[in-house]
Amino acid sequence: MPEIAPVTLDQLKAGERGIIRGYYGEEDLHYRLKELGLVTGTQILVKRFAPLGDPMEIVLRGYSLSIRKQDASKILMSQEAGTL
Amino acid sequence: MKNTIEKKNKEIALVGNPNTGKTTIFNALTGLHHSTANYPGVTVEKKTGRTRLPGGEEISVLDLPGAYSLLPRSLDEEVVHDVLLGKRGDTPPPDLVLVILDANSLVRNLYLATQVLETGIPVILVLNMWDMAQKSGTTINLEKLSELTGVPCVATVGMEREGIVKLQQTIALLLADPVTGPTRFSLEPFLPDRLKTELDKIVVLIEGRLEDRPKAVFGEALRLLSDRLFRSLFFEGMKTGDLLRTEVLSVRSSLKENGIDWTSVEPECRYRAIDHLCGQVVRRTSHKVLTFSDRLDKILTHRVWGILFFIGIMGIIFQSIFSWAQVPMDLLSRTIEKLGDLAQGWLPAGALQSLVVDGIIAGVGNVIVFLPQIFLLFFFIALFEDTGYMARAVFVLDKLMKKVGLNGKAFLPLLSSFACTVPGILATRTIEDRNDRLATILVAPLMSCSARLPIYTLLIAAFIPNLHVFHILHLQGLTLLGLYLLSIGAGLGVAALFRKTFLKGNRMPFVFELPPYRIPHLKTVFGTMWDRAKEFITRAGSIIFLLSIVLWFLVSYPKDPAAQGRFMAERQQVAVTLTGEALQERLGVIEHEQKDLQLRSSFAGSLGKAIEPAIRPLGFNWEIGIGIVASFAARELLISTLAIVHHVETHGEGMTAGLIQALQKQRSPITGKLSYTPLVALSLMVFYVLACQCFSTFAIVKRETGSWGWMFFMIFYMTALAWSASFVVYQGGRLLGFE
Repeated sequence: MPEIAPVTLDQLKAGERGIIRGYYGEEDLHYRLKELGLVTGTQILVKRFAPLGDPMEIVLRGYSLSIRKQDASKILMSQEAGTL
Repeated sequence: MKNTIEKKNKEIALVGNPNTGKTTIFNALTGLHHSTANYPGVTVEKKTGRTRLPGGEEISVLDLPGAYSLLPRSLDEEVVHDVLLGKRGDTPPPDLVLVILDANSLVRNLYLATQVLETGIPVILVLNMWDMAQKSGTTINLEKLSELTGVPCVATVGMEREGIVKLQQTIALLLADPVTGPTRFSLEPFLPDRLKTELDKIVVLIEGRLEDRPKAVFGEALRLLSDRLFRSLFFEGMKTGDLLRTEVLSVRSSLKENGIDWTSVEPECRYRAIDHLCGQVVRRTSHKVLTFSDRLDKILTHRVWGILFFIGIMGIIFQSIFSWAQVPMDLLSRTIEKLGDLAQGWLPAGALQSLVVDGIIAGVGNVIVFLPQIFLLFFFIALFEDTGYMARAVFVLDKLMKKVGLNGKAFLPLLSSFACTVPGILATRTIEDRNDRLATILVAPLMSCSARLPIYTLLIAAFIPNLHVFHILHLQGLTLLGLYLLSIGAGLGVAALFRKTFLKGNRMPFVFELPPYRIPHLKTVFGTMWDRAKEFITRAGSIIFLLSIVLWFLVSYPKDPAAQGRFMAERQQVAVTLTGEALQERLGVIEHEQKDLQLRSSFAGSLGKAIEPAIRPLGFNWEIGIGIVASFAARELLISTLAIVHHVETHGEGMTAGLIQALQKQRSPITGKLSYTPLVALSLMVFYVLACQCFSTFAIVKRETGSWGWMFFMIFYMTALAWSASFVVYQGGRLLGFE
């Protein structure tokens, strides 16, 4: 499966999957995201975007989480080929 | 005294992520025997109850607040951490901890659970919502989980009370013979060796402070390493705190040199350990591509249908609160009035009669008349929470709320505040971030609560011409809409201002779980509704009731015996000269005059006169001043106050119509001009939209922010805002040539 150039989580489209590669910048706020399971190596499915375009619903570790694009833009992903 | 009683009973505590059904387990264990208080010094709710074990032993149960991690990020999480580690003097560490896990997202729930396991407290893992996990095709091997963690595991369905007896048996077993040996779960095999040796340097420094929890030291050291902003209580204290901070900093840089990222090492290693554990325990037997929830979400979070559905739901809530609730509300207020009349007949005239009728019965009436609205509101909220729609509403609205610096979860408190500010502010507890929550609390009283509505209705009926605009729009209706828009606009504007100035920034990222939809469980819905209504009655009800009695005193005293004698003599005199209808009419007039004089010379009257210079520039006379003073018990008292000072019957059907006529005719004794013009009415309505005139709100803000400072700040800014806005309306209107 060829990996495509790195993107951030907010750039993925609904139905796309990716794997977390790390975080941009060092912020105290990121730690909570990591505690919720958004650690390096975690597979993420982008389920949908809210009707007004923000936040976005992602699925990880068997549960659904709503995250704002602003926070998602700090998460570096490698996109997996193929969609839902 | 109380402590020794508590010591005799063994104590267990419930810990878990938010939304795991922790409260349903607590309720299933304790039934109706629970009480709520606050942890001393913080605004976190402490919920305790009792349960009887199969052996007959009675134990106390403590429901700790929801938490995602033992590295605290909110006051709630701080309480959980401090209680478990025995660092809260007011709450002794429990003998046993039940970790409640949502069986549907076991992996994430195990993050906190494994942290708790490491503290060395005896633990039972309670896998709740077991039925839904099974339905979604997840098989969890409980024996294996128990074997790998070394602690008992029990499956439950809290709402159906399934597994509760088994849980009670397990609690009894474990309390009788606590597992004191090491739990089998260990993070250590998953940690880099270098990290372990470095952590030992921190361990040495904190060992002495965790003497009664020796096993918890390692986990605590790991958390101190990750505590970027040094918030832990271990960093407090000049000598020990500074020493620890220096050591932690040196460990961090040493780890960095060795290629270990200290900012993510705990979550990464812990999730690796949990994944390893779950690999042996969890099996997914089916993979449904499109579940029921997915299909529903396709509609309910759809760009068009989702928004329309949301608007429709809000329409129903508003309709029910402001229209359907009116029927029982009218019924209640009429019953109260009848009760007052009855009491008036039974009791001899005098101070006691006046206290019972105008103080106590009226006070109770001021509280219970709101109950239909409160019950309806809480019913809808509980229904949305139980079905899972609430999270979707937050999802749909977050972007809008973000524009004013709030988040999607602020929506519900603000909506509730349209019925009553008190439940609105109580609902802000779901907002995890401190600044988000404070901003929401501070603007909630600007939402136009239903106590303001009777005032708008009366003033609009009296002073806004019943005209049509562009043939279809109604000027009176437009005015009412305008008042509500002013309320929303002011609330959102002020929130944006506060979030850009002194409530800047966030401590939490705004993330929340979107649970699968489920069929509502009516018992839970009504139970939740009842619990919250009870809280409203005890919190707001008692204050409204007490204030009604204080207010009764303020309007009834001091008495002027000379004036009373004069009215008595006048009554006797007319009884001699007049008969029949003429007599009744004359007696009615005397009655009005006496009430009016009493009010004018009362404490409330003096207060009204005292504030007149301050409200004169807004177009208000001192009669309105008395009404504003009375409004602090309940805003709608402005109406009955105006009725008394303008000699209108204060009871029954005729009051509104009579009052409207009286207001329209009233002239100032000094200038001879009309006292109440449309401009004065508009200024008064704007004042009532923006002013904070509710002692219950003061009390609840003080309690929920834990500070007198925020309470006074709120009173100050709202008063300033209301005064300025009314000033602009009145003086601006006069400049434009209106009277």
